[in-house]
Amino acid sequence: MSKRIDVTDLDIFYGDFHAVKDVTMSIEPRSVTAFIGPSGCGKSTFLRTLNRMHEVIPGARVEGEVAIDGQNLYARNVDPVDVRRQVGMVFQRPNPFPTMSIKENVLAGVRLNSKRISGKAADELTEKALRGANLWNEVKDRLDKPGSGLSGGQQQRLCIARAIAIQPEVILMDEPCSALDPISTLAIEDLINELKVDYTVVIVTHNMQQAARVSDKTGFFNLEATGKPGELVEYDTTQNIFNNPSQQATEDYISGRFG
Amino acid sequence: MSTPTQTPASPPSGGDIHHSRLDDVSGIVPSQVHPAGRRPALVIAGASAVVALVLWLGLGLHVAAALLLSFVLYLGAIYVTYRRIGGARVAVDHLVRSLVYFAFVCAVVPLASVLWTVIGQGAGRAFDPDFLSQTMNGVTGLNDQQYAEGSAGFVGGAYHAIMGTLLITGLATLISVPIGMFTAIYLVEYGAGGRLGRGIRFLVDVMTGIPSIVAGLFAFALFTQIFGIRDAKMGLAGAVALSVLMIPTVVRNSEEMLRIVPNELREAALALGVPKWRTIAKVVLPTAASGLASGVTLAIARVIGETAPLLVAIGYARGLNWNPFDGPMNTLAVYAYFMFTKPLSPAVREPSLERAWAAALLLVLLVIALNLLARLIATLFAPKTGR
Ligand SMILES: Nc1ncnc2c1ncn2[C@@H]1O[C@H](COP(=O)(O)OP(=O)(O)O)[C@@H](O)[C@H]1O
Ligand SMILES: [Mg+2]
Repeated sequence: MSKRIDVTDLDIFYGDFHAVKDVTMSIEPRSVTAFIGPSGCGKSTFLRTLNRMHEVIPGARVEGEVAIDGQNLYARNVDPVDVRRQVGMVFQRPNPFPTMSIKENVLAGVRLNSKRISGKAADELTEKALRGANLWNEVKDRLDKPGSGLSGGQQQRLCIARAIAIQPEVILMDEPCSALDPISTLAIEDLINELKVDYTVVIVTHNMQQAARVSDKTGFFNLEATGKPGELVEYDTTQNIFNNPSQQATEDYISGRFG
Repeated sequence: MSTPTQTPASPPSGGDIHHSRLDDVSGIVPSQVHPAGRRPALVIAGASAVVALVLWLGLGLHVAAALLLSFVLYLGAIYVTYRRIGGARVAVDHLVRSLVYFAFVCAVVPLASVLWTVIGQGAGRAFDPDFLSQTMNGVTGLNDQQYAEGSAGFVGGAYHAIMGTLLITGLATLISVPIGMFTAIYLVEYGAGGRLGRGIRFLVDVMTGIPSIVAGLFAFALFTQIFGIRDAKMGLAGAVALSVLMIPTVVRNSEEMLRIVPNELREAALALGVPKWRTIAKVVLPTAASGLASGVTLAIARVIGETAPLLVAIGYARGLNWNPFDGPMNTLAVYAYFMFTKPLSPAVREPSLERAWAAALLLVLLVIALNLLARLIATLFAPKTGR
């Protein structure tokens, strides 16, 4: 249940604005890959092209290829809806559905797709996903309460549970901890470490310690200048990026000289 | 970030912006403010009330003139007093506060006055079971004359008009809600920013301004084309005329409501591999449900009292007609209009006026009920929060 991602010569646009240029990288299955870089350099943009959420924005388009286990996501006969079922996503701000209970939120991916699911299977899936997101013990007594009544950190783990309930191959996370307190952040980081046993995890973070703590490989994105497209400056094992980066820009960034 | 920006006149304490006070900076003179309670305001209000009474009863001024004059005096007194005890800012605060209250009262007085009059004039007849269950079939000026002489009871009611109102507004709602709602969905979810979307929005704006009589003429002309001029008057024609007025309101209200659904929820659903139409049906619409429902209810309230278009498109029926596809019907607004302008017996107008007021009261009650319903719906459907 985990697949590799190969990105080849990917250019990303918002209308006429060239947001990210010429990315080529391979993301290994069963690993955590982190993207770091100053804000506005296109990390979120790039992440969203990995499950075709980018094109949801009017005028947004890409050129190039993203392949998951060899299958190009942007091939003509691929349905974006199918892609998103394989590649789950967790957003920066926790966004549980306000009209749904905790349980309904977890089952949302199944129910909204009107897949039939028996009561027993639904209970099992709910428990499995919530355990997978380290949330089960905190909410098992109030599964029917609204998801929006949870704390921020719990809401974010609920969103992770919701994402893993559709059993994706890959999980993308866009700064999943930036709206959370340190304790909740720790809970999510632990969770990321567990998730990589089963999934390919890609995480964007602006917190370099976090990248160093959770990831196996790190990609550093940067902008040459404002208005220019962002680019992948360096992509290597996290060890190398933080200890002996090959690019001057990377070294400047991780040593806090800019950004 | 940490370098303080150079102010034209740097603080005397030596440039450390964090340890200087605003009043140390030359050129800034903070206004002096002293706490001032509400007691002076109350005292002045009491005095002004006395002044108003004197002006009205003592000097024989018109009530409105007396109230206005004393209000102006009140404003002056408030300003001067609070300027004395609290300083300029407090005085302005109290002045503006008084003006806001005044505006509020100005807005409420007509409403209260309308309610007062309608209830006073209509309550006597509106809740009479006979009035609620009878139609005007066979009722003539003779009955009214006999009633006025005391030789017979009151006959003739608004049952047919009540049913007509409910039927026709119901039909109009059935027509306008799907059209309006789908238009709004298109505008927000699909056509945002596109040329077609902008065009539709412009047309909807134009439609909002259509005079209601034009809507009535439109419906009448349309039905004349289809059924011929002799059979064109029917309930459905009225419903179509009302829809023309209702659709833009429904579109506008629904559009607002869909627009405030956070984009994050749409993205959350899409990212779970939910197709767009399902995202709209299962996430966006339920999240906006309370607003949508109350928007529709308010749109109904907006057209339920229409008179002119119905007069043109449906005509006037004295009896009950359950069939909106054939023949004239009656509604409360048209009923009130007819009773008022064409009393059954020109010599004895009172019974007809009584009917007109009673119908007006029923209409007002319907509108109030719809507004309350809208609030109820809004709270019932509101997204749940809390633990
Ligand atoms: N919806 C959008 N429409 C147009 N431009 C956008 C949109 N979202 C982001 N951008 C632009 O794309 C660039 C990259 O943004 P983003 O991917 O959000 O950066 P990051 O996540 O690294 O902070 C920025 O210049 C930003 O202004
Ligand atoms: Mg971002």
